Amino acid sequence: MQPVTSFSGKVVPLPVSDIDTDQIIPARFLKTIEKLGLGENLFNDWRYLPGGGPNPEFVLNQPRAAGGTILLAGDNFGCGSSREHAPWALLGFGFRAVISTSFADIFRNNCLKNGLLPVAVDAATSAELFEATSSDEGLEVTVDLANQTLTLPSGRGVSFPIDDFSKQCLLEGGDQLSYIQQRMAAITAYESNSANALNTLA
Amino acid sequence: MTKPRTLYEKVWDSHVVTHEAGAPAVLYIDLHLVHEVTSPQAFQGLRDRGIKVRRPDRTQATMDHSIPTQNQALPIMDPIAAKQVEQLRINCREFEVPLADLGDESQGIVHVIGPELGLTRPGITVVCGDSHTSTHGAFGALAFGIGTTEVEHVLATQCLLQHRSKTCEVRFAGRVADGVVAKDLILALIAEIGIGGGTGYVLEYTGEAIRSLSMEGRMTVCNMSIEGGARAGMVAPDETTYGFLADKPTVPKGAEWDAAVARWRKLPSDNGAVYDRTVEIDAAGLEPMITWGTNPGMGVRVSQPVPEPNGNASVRKALDYMRLEPGKPLIGQPVDVVFIGSCTNSRITDLRQAAGLLQGRRVNPRVRMMVVPGSERIRAQAEAEGLADIFRAAGADWRQAGCSMCIAMNGDQLDSGQYCVSTSNRNFEGRQGKGGRTFLASPLTAAATAVEGSVADPRRYL
Repeated sequence: MQPVTSFSGKVVPLPVSDIDTDQIIPARFLKTIEKLGLGENLFNDWRYLPGGGPNPEFVLNQPRAAGGTILLAGDNFGCGSSREHAPWALLGFGFRAVISTSFADIFRNNCLKNGLLPVAVDAATSAELFEATSSDEGLEVTVDLANQTLTLPSGRGVSFPIDDFSKQCLLEGGDQLSYIQQRMAAITAYESNSANALNTLA
Repeated sequence: MTKPRTLYEKVWDSHVVTHEAGAPAVLYIDLHLVHEVTSPQAFQGLRDRGIKVRRPDRTQATMDHSIPTQNQALPIMDPIAAKQVEQLRINCREFEVPLADLGDESQGIVHVIGPELGLTRPGITVVCGDSHTSTHGAFGALAFGIGTTEVEHVLATQCLLQHRSKTCEVRFAGRVADGVVAKDLILALIAEIGIGGGTGYVLEYTGEAIRSLSMEGRMTVCNMSIEGGARAGMVAPDETTYGFLADKPTVPKGAEWDAAVARWRKLPSDNGAVYDRTVEIDAAGLEPMITWGTNPGMGVRVSQPVPEPNGNASVRKALDYMRLEPGKPLIGQPVDVVFIGSCTNSRITDLRQAAGLLQGRRVNPRVRMMVVPGSERIRAQAEAEGLADIFRAAGADWRQAGCSMCIAMNGDQLDSGQYCVSTSNRNFEGRQGKGGRTFLASPLTAAATAVEGSVADPRRYL
């Protein structure tokens, strides 16, 4: 995973609440055994008309989305299934961060494992950003992970939450699996403790 | 005196391998369930790193999402699905993971077969690359869905990095009225708290209405915990739990069984244990529930009208998609398809409820009704009990086990514009087929709807 640090990017607004993972990437695209190639089906059923052509009313098909790297979405983004194909599809399209007032639990975890930054902001900040994107199609914001700060066009900085461990992993491009693997002695000790064996499967 | 603890806290505490400052806990996973859709990239990750599955003996794979529900003995027609299914076979062989393949008596929906094999037990931790893993919490297990990267972590180390969740008691007070079943309890809860209402929490379901449920009913409730945004849902084990497990294939026997039950009896939350939050639902006052919108929180009592948007953009968008008039009741709304199945409602008690209502009646000619058992064992049992004959005689299509039209990956799907009453768990736009429109309800409500050809109140048939 590439380290995530500070970056500025164009904001693509999608003012819909409770966007579920079936909208992000419909289930029929989950038959792939690869991680790559899902970007073209991101938001497939909103993005393409029944005949297969692009829906001009959907934001990803509009000029403003070209080069956009930050998705601005409504509340409770990513609810529904555990499919990691959702962040893979968002990354595949070119997004590096998603801004919402809240994220569903599993989706948020999946983002953090893949270097897609979930930026949770308060309702006022969200409203300010949506307002700004309606008057400026090229609106850019800056996301600074090290300082956990989102800098708005007004210059105002708002902080966003992230746990220290995930933050460190993202900043270093580090691998969470190796952290667990380095504790293999403790895992083996846990397994060989008969008290633990009793808690678990006979 | 030790501090009183909740069920969740007891299971959590007993599974922390190590918890270092500034890092999440390393949590031990007792049971890892695997299916074809969310595992291929994880196995490839192991291959790329040159590592093995650490505990194949605590791992169980099956095929459920991408597979057809008829003619399962024949080659799969969809080449992409066929490749995915074959990849799971290759992965299980290479990494020595047990697989309940098509044609195996143990094959079925991953959240149906775990309990059926006796692998799901009180006090254990269960994960799977599937959000409905919360189902297994019905046994007093801590069970939750994970992404594919975490599937790889568990395959490699049998552990996960986890932060402790907050706890929420959901108390269903009183006994439910006739015609109100487990699905109605959970739809009522989600309508109350909203689809993000449980985010950050593990729910513990308590109260008389939960205690009087069968294990199948408890699984239905826990299954949809994720639809309220919760990490997991749990029910404390009791005699119902032990009775369900006692004859399952893999559980310990004799003195070992007695010792296991003695341990499990210590799991329920202690008197005085404190939850971060409590929600109370008046179960006795509930009616059958049905959803009208495009997320599981958009539900009403079946006798109530569809709500007015009143300026709410989400409600307006949902009504536009569903092509429903606000203020009008759903009862009488014509439907094209009735689907009984999914990890929510495909177990033997669900099939008995639906068959009981359909016995001696016919599915309305304008309705296509599909009944898809959750596992091959349930299919065999339903056939032995005569339930399959009732479904067939009524004009329903009786299928082989799989996820089927719940997720519509396998060709079982709605056509654009069709309405479906479904016993599954998600009514998201296009979930059951692009352009399809889903009303979530119980097996009783689904069966009554099949008979009338339009949304119906099952209490008319009691």
